[in-house]
Amino acid sequence: MPHDHADDPHLSPSGHPYRPDQDEPLTYWQTMEIAIRELLVEKGILTPAEIQAEIDAMDSRSPANGAAVVARAWTDPEYKARLLADASAACRELGFDIGPLRLIAVENTETVHNLIVCTLCSCYPRNLLGLPPDWYKSRAYRSRAVREPRALLAEFGLTLGRDVTLRVHDSTADMRYVVLPRRPEGTEGWDAEALAALVTRDSMIGTGLPRSPGDVASTVAGAEGNG
Amino acid sequence: MAERVRVRRWAPPGHVRTPFYLRGKTGVIERRLGRFPNPEELAYRQDAARIELVRVRFTAAELWGDGAERPDDTVDAEIYAHWLEPLEAADAP
Amino acid sequence: MGGQAAGPVELAEHDHALWEKRVDALMVLASRKGFFTVDGLRRALEDMGEEAFETMSYYERWVAAVNQNLLEAGVYTVAELGARMAEVRARGDTYGEVAGG
Repeated sequence: MPHDHADDPHLSPSGHPYRPDQDEPLTYWQTMEIAIRELLVEKGILTPAEIQAEIDAMDSRSPANGAAVVARAWTDPEYKARLLADASAACRELGFDIGPLRLIAVENTETVHNLIVCTLCSCYPRNLLGLPPDWYKSRAYRSRAVREPRALLAEFGLTLGRDVTLRVHDSTADMRYVVLPRRPEGTEGWDAEALAALVTRDSMIGTGLPRSPGDVASTVAGAEGNG
Repeated sequence: MAERVRVRRWAPPGHVRTPFYLRGKTGVIERRLGRFPNPEELAYRQDAARIELVRVRFTAAELWGDGAERPDDTVDAEIYAHWLEPLEAADAP
Repeated sequence: MGGQAAGPVELAEHDHALWEKRVDALMVLASRKGFFTVDGLRRALEDMGEEAFETMSYYERWVAAVNQNLLEAGVYTVAELGARMAEVRARGDTYGEVAGG
């Protein structure tokens, strides 16, 4: 499902360059990965099929899953109430295999903006959204998201007004977090599928906002005339 | 009324899930999350006791003083109960 | 590191290489099967110290931490690992040549 675009062979389906891998000189740590994997297989602890299945499962997780959850919450007040009460159950209700993920959804409003970070390591709702972006794991993001989050958000192109309270959520323990962003203006009457196309990964971390209808007017089928 | 707590200033040499920037800081309990195995024991292959985990909300003013970008902004973090000391009303600033 | 001074956030992103995905899968599977906990992984990552954070990539640190925990769990010995790494290294010069698919 996520790999349905990008024609440039030098870019991945998500439009990013591949990290040098298969044809670069073998590194010490790659050698260790191969050795550990082979030892685990030989000792009967893992099978190659299990490892591949786990990679496939992670590849199948993407921000599109979270976007579907958000769009449903935007169109179904009762679902939104369930999401805010128990986000893990609400994700499973839509059929997403999130494993043991304990998820809390935090809602942006006119006066509150939420931002997610893990200052201790790189905790992220990976079982819903896939693996985190590089910057989420960086020293700079993890340090500054609690100390100067407004300056940080400005670097992402998001300037919060002084009338908006910023709530930072530090994923220090067993919970993971996802932001329920505000539904964009001008989307009255849109169905959940069209709305989901507006929901970006960053808007669910809190470092961005959803796209506006104007950004996607030419690509969202069925939205014309509904605004 | 919100229940106020203060994070202990402990600094044991080992794996803990209480960030340094919150130690000694006062906040209010945002919600209680139930009991979870103590990660400080799990990290060392010990049989982990289940202890209460709570979300504590700290204001930017409490964390950063005059250096806060906006005093009323907040940071919420999950803290295991053994890291928290309850505050009596008399301790309130 | 929350609250410490730091420079601008580098916003460039990359997709994960196959070997990185395999490290991730090894971590998930070995912890699911009870050989270690994610807390044990984090403890090993922290014990590597500041220098590792500056000199090793994210999944390089992870594979080192996975290895540390598997050794502690008695899954294999240092000698077994050393012998296997030498054997892998002797197969060729690139990941694609030696990784066996």
